[in-house]
Amino acid sequence: MTALVPLPVVLPLLGAAVTLVLTRFPRAQRLVSLTALTAVLGVSVALLVEVSTNGTLVVAVGGWPVPTGIVLVADRFAALMLVVSAAVTLSVLVYSIGQGMADGNEETPLSIYHPSYLVLTAGVTNAFLAGDLFNLYVGFEILLVASYVLITVGATEDRVRAGTTYVVVSLLSSLIFLTGIGLVYAAAGTVNMAQLAGRLDALPSGLRLMLNCVLLLAFGIKAAVFPLSAWLPDSYPTALAPVTAVFAGLLTKVGIYAIIRVETLLFPGGPTPNLLLVLALLTMLVGILGAIAQSDIKRLLSFTLVSHIGYLLFGIGLASASGLSAAIFYTVHHITIQTTLFLVVGLVERFGGSTSLDRLGGLASLSPLLAILFFLPAMNLAGIPPFSGFLGKLGLIEAGVAAGGGLPWALVAAGLATSLLTLYAVARVWNLAFWRRPPAAPFEAGLPGLMVASTVALVVGGLALTVLAGPLFDVTFDAATELLARAPYVEAVRAVSAR
Amino acid sequence: MTPNLTYVVVVGVLFASGVILLLERSLTRVLMGMVLLANGVNVLILAGGRYGGPPIVGTTPQDEMSDPLPQAMILTAIVITLGLTAFLLALAYRSWRLVGHDEVQDDIEDRRIIERAERDIGPGGEDTDEEPAP
Repeated sequence: MTALVPLPVVLPLLGAAVTLVLTRFPRAQRLVSLTALTAVLGVSVALLVEVSTNGTLVVAVGGWPVPTGIVLVADRFAALMLVVSAAVTLSVLVYSIGQGMADGNEETPLSIYHPSYLVLTAGVTNAFLAGDLFNLYVGFEILLVASYVLITVGATEDRVRAGTTYVVVSLLSSLIFLTGIGLVYAAAGTVNMAQLAGRLDALPSGLRLMLNCVLLLAFGIKAAVFPLSAWLPDSYPTALAPVTAVFAGLLTKVGIYAIIRVETLLFPGGPTPNLLLVLALLTMLVGILGAIAQSDIKRLLSFTLVSHIGYLLFGIGLASASGLSAAIFYTVHHITIQTTLFLVVGLVERFGGSTSLDRLGGLASLSPLLAILFFLPAMNLAGIPPFSGFLGKLGLIEAGVAAGGGLPWALVAAGLATSLLTLYAVARVWNLAFWRRPPAAPFEAGLPGLMVASTVALVVGGLALTVLAGPLFDVTFDAATELLARAPYVEAVRAVSAR
Repeated sequence: MTPNLTYVVVVGVLFASGVILLLERSLTRVLMGMVLLANGVNVLILAGGRYGGPPIVGTTPQDEMSDPLPQAMILTAIVITLGLTAFLLALAYRSWRLVGHDEVQDDIEDRRIIERAERDIGPGGEDTDEEPAP
């Protein structure tokens, strides 16, 4: 079964190479991309099943001995993230194919789009599977380089302006990460995470804290944690709808994934969880207050994205199994819902000709289907029972109450307030864009069937999270206990190096 | 292992000048800053490894070899930096073609706040919360 582990990275990269050759044959390109990502989804599901029954899988790539060579590690947490990201990237790919076919390739130059998109997927999966810090850095770089191309695709004035900010900020965070790796290597003499888990414990606490903070700073920029989040709401909304959707769903969560790994595997028991709790509080509140002030739906959703990163940090900062489990559950929920919402807004833009709340109106009567597609994930995001957003927040709040103490209670209060304000923000969109009287001359363009179908699939997927919340919480709880125990991960890697 | 003072000074100088250039408005200068910072990081990684002869079996006795792992990592980092430098240059060129300069511009929120401030300071200096008619 270990042969499956490298496939989520290899398949999209091969697909990218083939689609690059096939630039002149859009139909073949689409087929290759779809096949590659469907295969990744299949492999990821198989990995999750295998890992949850038989424990962590480790592969030493290229047959190099373990501490020197590259290892790919699939534990429960990584496999779960792989499944969710594969499902989301596949749906968004279908959506963008629908958009490209409807537009006749004018808005989306498909010849560059498909290879970049597949490389992006490979970067995300590589980051999830990476067993050493340097491979994690390479995974980040793969996905970032692809994202630079995707965010500036078409190179209009707006996209170049937004892309510049995005590229410079991401580059800086990558350099900080690389500095962190250099310092970790100098201090511990390895970058293999399983080996680091033992060696970092032996370092003086001040040095440990410094290394921890450098890595958190790098990942905090990528995950858009306040006060390092200002770049996000400015750069995401200008990109193509499917690009914004997949960025919003996945890229910040890769940062969160890295933060979870660093906090649980490398530096457990330090003073940073309290710092994360404070940052979580600020991220939640500042993000959602920013969202309320917006008059453009895409910008509004970008601010809610920042705000809900706070919930994830809340769970991580509690550093308990229930908190971490709720954070992982919330990550799964948020990847699905945030992507869905951005895809729906892409449909709104097509249908109503704008995403500005000043211009839209009456969408509920003009297109009831669109209204339903927006309403369900929006309520889910706000955390209305019985949706998964409610269950995730409930899990976080229960964990916060169980932890007790001043800071967790403050976060419980902030979490509830943020939930309420999120409801206010999305209700405002609903009232203005959907319920208001339609403008005198509504724009009303047709909606391509494939785009609607993939959005419907994601909305249904979001609802399925509610139905399957019980089993999913079991999986996340197992993943969280495994993360906190550290030993399963370390032992699995050590077993391979002994061979 | 003792840290080499030359490395430390070089890293410090590269980081300092990189950060200064990074704070500039022109994208080309930002790019220069990035390149300096990236090289600073590379030297930093190199300084973290063991010092010694070339790590090739047959030329150096095994316990006098330098640590080859940081060199492998730096090689990867150099390749990545090369690609990104090319991309940023293309971006700066594109910006120059489109708007005639390559300055990194204020984000939308900043511009809105500046506009609002200018409006508020306008005639009478009263605070008005009303949005202008679109």
